[in-house]
Amino acid sequence: MADLKVNLAGIQSPNPFWLASAPPTNTGDQIMRAFDAGWGGAVWKTLGEPIVNVSSRYSTVDMNGQKMMGLNNIELITDRPLHVNLREVAEVKKRYPKHAVVVSLMVESKREKWHEIVKATEGAGADGLELNFGCPHGMSERGMGSAVGQVPDYACQITSWVKEVAKTPVIVKLTPNVTDVVYPARAARKGGADAVSLINTINSITGVDLDTFTPRPDVGGRSAHGGYCGPAVKPIALNMVSSVAKDGEVKLPISGIGGIASWRDAAEFMLLGCTTVQVCTAVMHYGFRIVEDMIDGLSNYLDDKGFRSVNEIIGRSLPSVSRWEELDLNYKIVARVDQSKCIGCGICYAACTDGAHQSIAARPEHGRTHVEIVESTCVGCNLCSLVCPVDSCISMVRVDTGRPPLTWKQFQEDPSAHKHLGPHNAH
Amino acid sequence: MESSNPFPELKPALAIDQALSEASRCLYCYDAPCTRACPTHIDVPAFIKKIATGNLRGSARTILQSNVLGASCARVCPTEVLCEGACVMHDVQKKPIQIGQLQRYATDWAMSHGMKPFEPGPRRAGRVAIIGAGPAGLACAAELLRLGYEPQIFDAAATPGGLNTTGVAEYKMTSEFALREVGWLVEAGVKIKSGVRIGVDVQLADLERQFDAVFIGVGLGKVGKLGIPGEELDGVVEAIEFIEALKVRRAQARIGRHVVVIGGGNTSIDVVTQARALGADEVTLVYRRSADEMPAYKHEVELARASGCRFVYQAAPLRIVGRERVEAILLSPMLMGAPDASGRRRPEPAPGEPLTIDCDMVVAATGQEKHLALLEMLPNVKLDHGRVLVDERTMQTSNPRYFAGGDCVSGGQEVVNAVAEGKRAAVGIAAHIEALGGGVRLEVARG
Repeated sequence: MADLKVNLAGIQSPNPFWLASAPPTNTGDQIMRAFDAGWGGAVWKTLGEPIVNVSSRYSTVDMNGQKMMGLNNIELITDRPLHVNLREVAEVKKRYPKHAVVVSLMVESKREKWHEIVKATEGAGADGLELNFGCPHGMSERGMGSAVGQVPDYACQITSWVKEVAKTPVIVKLTPNVTDVVYPARAARKGGADAVSLINTINSITGVDLDTFTPRPDVGGRSAHGGYCGPAVKPIALNMVSSVAKDGEVKLPISGIGGIASWRDAAEFMLLGCTTVQVCTAVMHYGFRIVEDMIDGLSNYLDDKGFRSVNEIIGRSLPSVSRWEELDLNYKIVARVDQSKCIGCGICYAACTDGAHQSIAARPEHGRTHVEIVESTCVGCNLCSLVCPVDSCISMVRVDTGRPPLTWKQFQEDPSAHKHLGPHNAH
Repeated sequence: MESSNPFPELKPALAIDQALSEASRCLYCYDAPCTRACPTHIDVPAFIKKIATGNLRGSARTILQSNVLGASCARVCPTEVLCEGACVMHDVQKKPIQIGQLQRYATDWAMSHGMKPFEPGPRRAGRVAIIGAGPAGLACAAELLRLGYEPQIFDAAATPGGLNTTGVAEYKMTSEFALREVGWLVEAGVKIKSGVRIGVDVQLADLERQFDAVFIGVGLGKVGKLGIPGEELDGVVEAIEFIEALKVRRAQARIGRHVVVIGGGNTSIDVVTQARALGADEVTLVYRRSADEMPAYKHEVELARASGCRFVYQAAPLRIVGRERVEAILLSPMLMGAPDASGRRRPEPAPGEPLTIDCDMVVAATGQEKHLALLEMLPNVKLDHGRVLVDERTMQTSNPRYFAGGDCVSGGQEVVNAVAEGKRAAVGIAAHIEALGGGVRLEVARG
């Protein structure tokens, strides 16, 4: 069985599955139950000056009967007294010495405030600190959270204050609510951070109640934008993780966050450069028990692929993440329909004809829609195979264009390469 | 016992979450097979998508535009062999979308939220007499109103709705619901005169004077006589009357301890399952051909089987015996001979001893008779074996002023077929009236 142990900038963890700083890590009791269920680490819900929360706090995007595709919250940092949280940190650490207990922090942008809380937290026995520069709602109005993360200079400054006193590894949690996440990541490195975690939640309004006209969640007839997470944000998170991982200046270990709900999601984040992954929404939906299959599934996957340690997959997909201009213009695939599997729903026809490249012919046959790919005009876009409801009914197959690989970059450098472009992309 | 309903609904209505998740399963096929399979061509993916988006008004309108009796069809349609039978989900080893149940969800919403089943169109000159307030006549009337004409339904029965009211198995649709749906159409403008017999209370000549066209939607009559000795005994009844009695006068409906049902159609199944529900200890269905040739739908036969019915195939009633009341029925074993005109093998009496089944009730469900007395009164309207002959595109009979649809044309089909025909006839009637330069007779009559 593959070894799942990981080490994020010096923080040891029996497996890469951590709970993200959020409602599931609000108390020591929750975290201990999570560790019993199999979680390797937890990032304590953000500690700071006591706050007061509102009711209600969450709202979702549901899709086609599937609940919680996206989750939005307007909850603030911990509403429990600091000394209570710290006492529980100490207790958890004492009872679970081998698990990773990281504590998320957020205080006013004052050097002595940060020094104070860092010392108190490390005094309680935390294995590491996560600086919350990402929370996009409520706290940001008070100059904290994403208000810091959005200004690289602030992020750098506060990180360096923390590093003045911190003895444990410092992770900076990045906000996605920026034009390019690489800049605050570089600022974290400049400030001395040992690792980064991303993404925090995305500014969001999940919807508006069509009867009351109040956006959700409704707090007595008003609402405020919240932070969005859950399966819907995963593609955004994967892109941001890969851009930080590939950046030549950041060069820090990454804890990946954003819509991770299964071992498959976790493996994808790790392939794009994450050492650990953090989970929140899936636990808020189904409870701590989901980690059992995350561990089991990842472990079986690693065994099937012949990896001895989970560390072997970290960053493994990064070399294939490239710029568009480096893609081969002469690589060509076309759609093929396995008529024995086709159920005649005609969805591919409607999609291709109205939504893509008019390369499917359809005719009624035996009460169903018979479709055929017009290969001469098919551009290999994938759409038909993506909308097809039947597994492996439409496959995309490679066709040999007989032309040498040619990228846009090469073409720009040598316009005479035009002669190597195929008719399908000659226009 | 009287307070408990012996006929609980076979398929109870979907709750909102069930409807939403079922609607979300629909693939939204292009040129969908379910729509093609529906005789009224309801745009099924469109109405289901509207349920999924919470647009119930639009969903119901989509259904009712194609089928104004969408609410009763949602309950009584054999969806297993129509829309749901055509669903592509079968081919991916998944359950078909519950189209009937979703249709019920949308139309029930419409009926309980003050929505109209249809909107009458801008008034055009033209009056149409409709004979029969069953599904064909109701659909024809609604469509004529939509097109702007003025239909008037005449119905011989005391209550309207035809077989929807009196002939549908109670666990599929109650009489009360059928009447509520008719009431809904009446509120929207359909006019019905009940208890009016053509040729007795009103003469055809009067109709011809007052109306531009006549639509015949009289359906079929009772089940014909078995033509065997003992048929007059107490306890021998015919299926249509039996079903009507238990639907309309449930408390008084008398049920035997051992009931023998003669016939292999869907009506027989309705009798069998309801007889069991009413407390018959034993129910036996007797059919003269083999199981393979039985016309009842497979899913209906399964219902009968599940209710504990016994099937006797290749047997025909010979004689019913008893002193005053039925005590037994004698059946002749049958052999399957050469194929007849229907393509099925013709049953012929086989040598051997008759089979005797002790019973105290016999229900004949061997096929309904035609309303020949009325149909033969129609001037120049050609019949074929008692069925009204029509041009299937327009439902026009051999007399250009007479149109027809429903069971009196088809010989007995589903409610949804009658609706489709009634609607098609309305379009045919409109074309006929316009071809004559509008509703001339109406204008003359009004002076």
